[in-house]
Amino acid sequence: MTTLLSVAGVSKRFRGLVAVDRVSLDVQQGEIFAVIGPNGAGKTTLFNMIAGAFANDEGSIVFDGQRIDGLKSDQICQRGIGRTFQIVKPFLGLNVEENVVVGALLRRHDMKSALARAHDVLRQLDLYDKRAQSASALTLPDRKRLEVARALATDPKLLLLDEVMAGLRPTETNRMVDIFRALNRDTGLTIVLIEHVMRAVMALASRVLVLHHGAQIAQGVPADVVRDPAVIKSYLGAEAVH
Amino acid sequence: MIARMIEGVPLRGLLLSGVLLATLLAAPFFINDYLLTILIIILYFAYTGQAWNIMMGFAGQLSLGHALYVGLGAYTAAALYVHYGVSPWIGIFAAIPVAMIAGAFIGFLAFRFSVAGVYFAILTIAFAEFARVGFDHFTWVGGSSGFFLPVANYTENDLWNLRGKPIMFYYLILALTVLAFFICNFLLRSRIGYFWLAIREDEEAARALGIDVFRYKMYAVVLSAGLTSLAGVFFAFFYNNLFPEQVFHIARSIELILAPIIGGVGTLFGPILGAFLLTGLSETMHAILHAFGVDIPGAKQVFYGICLLFVVLLMPDGVWPWVARKLGITEKRS
Repeated sequence: MTTLLSVAGVSKRFRGLVAVDRVSLDVQQGEIFAVIGPNGAGKTTLFNMIAGAFANDEGSIVFDGQRIDGLKSDQICQRGIGRTFQIVKPFLGLNVEENVVVGALLRRHDMKSALARAHDVLRQLDLYDKRAQSASALTLPDRKRLEVARALATDPKLLLLDEVMAGLRPTETNRMVDIFRALNRDTGLTIVLIEHVMRAVMALASRVLVLHHGAQIAQGVPADVVRDPAVIKSYLGAEAVH
Repeated sequence: MIARMIEGVPLRGLLLSGVLLATLLAAPFFINDYLLTILIIILYFAYTGQAWNIMMGFAGQLSLGHALYVGLGAYTAAALYVHYGVSPWIGIFAAIPVAMIAGAFIGFLAFRFSVAGVYFAILTIAFAEFARVGFDHFTWVGGSSGFFLPVANYTENDLWNLRGKPIMFYYLILALTVLAFFICNFLLRSRIGYFWLAIREDEEAARALGIDVFRYKMYAVVLSAGLTSLAGVFFAFFYNNLFPEQVFHIARSIELILAPIIGGVGTLFGPILGAFLLTGLSETMHAILHAFGVDIPGAKQVFYGICLLFVVLLMPDGVWPWVARKLGITEKRS
C-alpha cells in the first residue's frame, strides 16, 4: 500500500480561535477514510486546507508525493483532488449535463470526449435521465449527487466528500453508500469523507479520524473508534453504543 | 471550423436566421438612406452588445465602461488614417491591441486584487472617465475640440479607406454582426465558454473544478475589448468626427449594454433582437412625434428607461428567451 495523502501537523487559526489544531492523517491509495466529529470540530476547515481553499498556518500536506499546501484550489484539483461542498454549489443557470461537462473539460479539450465522460459519470450517479433538467430544478438529494458527479468528472485520484449524505432519507443514504462502494471497488478511487450519518461511516470507511474542538481525539478502524470512551463522551453520546 | 460555428443551432433557428440574413442583405435595395442609417445604428448596437455580452453574459463580469474600448479603437484607427494615411484595415491591427491592452490592464488590476461585482463595474467606469478627461487634453487628436476625418461628397465607395456612402457601411456592419454571432456561438460551445459560464455561476465551485478563474476572466475582458474596438473603428469612419465628451461618455457605455439586457444577457441572439427592438421602437417613436411636430429633447432616453423597466419587471431574462420559446427554438449548448 502506498500513501496517497499525508497530512502532518496542520493547524488553522481564525484570529484567536484554533479551528484545526495539529491534525495528522495518512490516507492509503484505494482507501475510504472518514472524518467525524461534532459540529464546529474543524472537519470542513481541514478539508478546505487539503483542497486549497484556505492556507494552513502550520504543518504540511503531501499528495501523491508532492507538497500541495500553499497551492490554490484550482491547482490542487489539477493535481487530482476533487471535492464537494457541504453547502452544495451547483451552477444553477446550467442544466445537469452542462454542470458535469464543466468538470469533464478539465482534462479533455474536445467537447465530444468531455460529453462522453459526463454521460458515464451521470450514469454512475443515477442522474443520466435528468441530464436535460436545469440544476435549479433538482431536489436536494439530486443536487448532492450532482455535486459528486461534477467532482468525479475531473478524474480525481482522491475525492473529498463533505457531508454528502446529510439531509438524505435512509433509502437515499443507502443508494449513495452503494455508489461510493462501487466507485471505490471498480475504479480504485480513494475517498475521504466527512460524515455525520454513522451508518454510512460504518458501512464505508476502513479508518476513521475523530475531531473535537479542532484536535484529533481518536483514529483507527471504525469498530474501535465507536467504542472509545472519549469519542462517546464528546460526539456519539452514550445511546450510540449498544 | 465553419461547421463548428453553426453547430448546435437548431434547424429551425438556422432557417429563420437564413431568412433574416437574406432580408438584411436585400434591404438596401428597397429602403431609403434614412432607414438604412437606422439599420446601421441597429446593427452597430447588435455588434457592440454581442461584444459586451462575452464579458457580462458569458463570464459574469459587469462592465459599465465599454465606451473606453469603442473610443480607443476609434481614436487609434482615426489618428493613423488622418496623420499617416494608414487604411483602417491596417489600423485595426493597432486599434485591437490598444483596446486589448487597456482591457488586460483593468482586468489584471481587478481580478488580481479580487475587485468584483459592483466594485468592478465602478472600476470600469473610472477608466472610461480617465480616458475621457485624458483625451480632452490630448491635442494630437484634437483634444476637447474634436478630431475630424476628411469628408467629401463621395460618388464612389473607397472600401480600402472606408470613404463612401452609407450602403458600404451597412454591409460592413452587417458582416461584423454576423461574424460576432459566429464567434460568440463558437466560444459558447467550446471549453472556454463552459468555463466562463461556470465562473459566472459560482467562482468558488469553478475553482474547485480546476478552473484558473483569473486566467479565464482575463480572456473574457481581453476578447471583449478587442471586439468592441472594431466597433470603434467603424464608428470613427462612419461619423467622421470624434469628441472625447461624446465617445467616452458614460451614456455611451450604458447605451451599449441596453440591447443585450433587453434582448437577454448571456444569450446568443438576445443582443441582436434587443438592438432591433430598442432602436427600432425609439426611432419609430421619434418619427411619430416628429410627424406631429413635437420634438422633446431627451425623449429617447426616457423611452430607453421605460423599455428597461418593463423588461426588468416582466422578462428579467430578456425578450429573446421568450421569443425563442414561441418560435420553438431553444439555444442549447453541447
